[in-house]
Amino acid sequence: MSKPEASVIEVEDRPAQPAQDESLSQDHTKRKEGQKARAEQLEDDALLNLLYQMILIRRFEEKSAEAYSLGKIGGFCHLYIGQEAVAVGALSALRPDDYVLTSYRDHGHALIKGISPDAVMAELYGKATGCSAGKGGSMHMFDQNVNFLGGHGIVGGQIPLGTGIAFAAKYKGTDQVSVCFFGEAAVNQGAFHESLNMAQLWKLPCIYICENNQYGMGTSLERAMSLQDVSQKAYAYEMASEFVDGMDVLAVREAVIRAAERAREKSLPTLLEIRTYRFMGHSMSDPGNYRTRAEIEKYQERDPIKLFTQSLMETGVLDDKSLKEIEDRVHAEVEHAAQFADESPLPDPKELYTHVYANPL
Amino acid sequence: MAVITMREALNQALKEELSRDKNVFLMGEEVAAYQGAYKVTKGLLEEFGDKRVIDTPITELGFAGLGVGAAMAGLRPVVEFMTFNFSILATDQIINSAAKMLYMSGGQFNIPIVFRGPNGSAFQVSSQHSQALESWFAYFPGLKVVMPSTPADAKGLLKSAIRDDDPVIFLEQERMYGNKGEVSDDPEFLIPLGVADVKREGKDATIVARSLMVPYALKAAEELEKQGVSVEVIDPRTIRPLDIETIIKSVKKTNRVVVAEESHPFCGVGAEITAQISVQAFDYLDAPVKRLSGEDVPMPYAKNLENLAIPDVKRIIDAVREVAYLD
Repeated sequence: MSKPEASVIEVEDRPAQPAQDESLSQDHTKRKEGQKARAEQLEDDALLNLLYQMILIRRFEEKSAEAYSLGKIGGFCHLYIGQEAVAVGALSALRPDDYVLTSYRDHGHALIKGISPDAVMAELYGKATGCSAGKGGSMHMFDQNVNFLGGHGIVGGQIPLGTGIAFAAKYKGTDQVSVCFFGEAAVNQGAFHESLNMAQLWKLPCIYICENNQYGMGTSLERAMSLQDVSQKAYAYEMASEFVDGMDVLAVREAVIRAAERAREKSLPTLLEIRTYRFMGHSMSDPGNYRTRAEIEKYQERDPIKLFTQSLMETGVLDDKSLKEIEDRVHAEVEHAAQFADESPLPDPKELYTHVYANPL
Repeated sequence: MAVITMREALNQALKEELSRDKNVFLMGEEVAAYQGAYKVTKGLLEEFGDKRVIDTPITELGFAGLGVGAAMAGLRPVVEFMTFNFSILATDQIINSAAKMLYMSGGQFNIPIVFRGPNGSAFQVSSQHSQALESWFAYFPGLKVVMPSTPADAKGLLKSAIRDDDPVIFLEQERMYGNKGEVSDDPEFLIPLGVADVKREGKDATIVARSLMVPYALKAAEELEKQGVSVEVIDPRTIRPLDIETIIKSVKKTNRVVVAEESHPFCGVGAEITAQISVQAFDYLDAPVKRLSGEDVPMPYAKNLENLAIPDVKRIIDAVREVAYLD
């Protein structure tokens, strides 16, 4: 299986990491060879499923954008287009009973963790059948049944929560892993640093995944962060870390497999900086005048779906027919979700007062 | 039944609940090896070990959020703030995570957590270490706010708070840790949240007081008795949900009310109680409700100024005489 070429991200230029852990002392070439070997171990069906999942997110988000412009979705709506390889690659490396939580850009993670497109779309539409009963909306998808512990709306707010979930897993003696996604802007919050300190101090099975899409709303990484190599922040806590190409779904998967092993077997946390790019605005209301068309196009050349499609075509895993089958299946699912959301009832007015307390007095 | 301090009563509650439920754990600054900054957690590390009694770094936002996350995954954390002054750093996690999680998840994730520690005025520690924050937390639906005034209430309410399935803000008072009272040693001694207590019955005027103001109000009532004024003292004990019915019932009986509190007056709990009385019992009032609050200034250091900043027994007596038109 061939790997995508011409990385926009200069992986080799980054400083060497301290050899706190075997997997970190490998150089990039070795790591890449390891990935290739592992990718070859993946069954064709598993590879096609990764592609299916990325396309599902892409088309789902396109439908969300359309529904938003039609006024069917209100409030904020942060799309995941461009970043699909991160959620898909990462979640493919986890067990179903592992815990996942993320920021407000949460539709993709919710879908891949196992919430149905119907329930996610219905939540976006503010319907009673939504995964949060219409009370959370775009930023607050939850599903206890699949251990998806939320989209969270305050930048970095989910990081201590993810740390606590890892704490609970260790306390209860399960070997579950807590995986906490956040954007790079969250790294400037105290919550990030406070959490990493405790996680390493107490050896908690937490994987911190920084989805570095290089903009905190309209402010670029360069304008917001003194040390822009996020993975290096782990050094301050003697935590294992890796820098990962977030446009390469298998690279993401490989890194998360290593981190999950570290969490499960050694009860140690990992910080992964996964460099990615969002092709759309911060939210639906973002005019995007803080970056150039050329910059966006440069990254779109490394569209994770395009790269993976090409790679699967080259190795004969995918052909035009099977690609069309995936697209057709996704199309049907997304259309079904939109129709389901459209036809679902609004929450009953009495629901305004439910779920404020578990034990109302 | 034994006479013990409020500190010991709280310690008993923690010890009993740690013994009863292995999902209960305690964390905070200096709660373990140091035995607690105010010794509320004395002996717990030795008895329950460092897995369940955990010293945290000084990282309030972090450990508050860690506690909320642990609660999402099925544990029942008791998080101590060395004082609630430091909880200000943790308010994002208390308000945006703990208070709202159940609602915004459509009923899926309740947060059974207790945040506890001393609140209100301390002795000469100036502005940043001496303030009452109950109105902040009581403002938010999703939180429960408890303020005990006796050792028995402290024990019974803390045990109920730990067993409650919602986030509870449990506000103790540094000046009261040494106060003594009779406390049951029954491990099932529970006081339900949301139920006010009539600390003293009377017929001429009602004082609604909480936390530190309760012993002050009781002293004032004793003095007023000598002056021929019969005073009822109501302690809501739980600020949210507020047992307004017990307060209204008393107002309808005495027709005169003083609301005493050490917190600031503006947007305070006393303002809320006063508003509810005016809505629900306006026709029963023989005098305007008298609000006696902490002064609207940051807490000063100098002893004489500090004494002026919060209500005392004499001012409570004066306030009752004022609503009774005795002067």
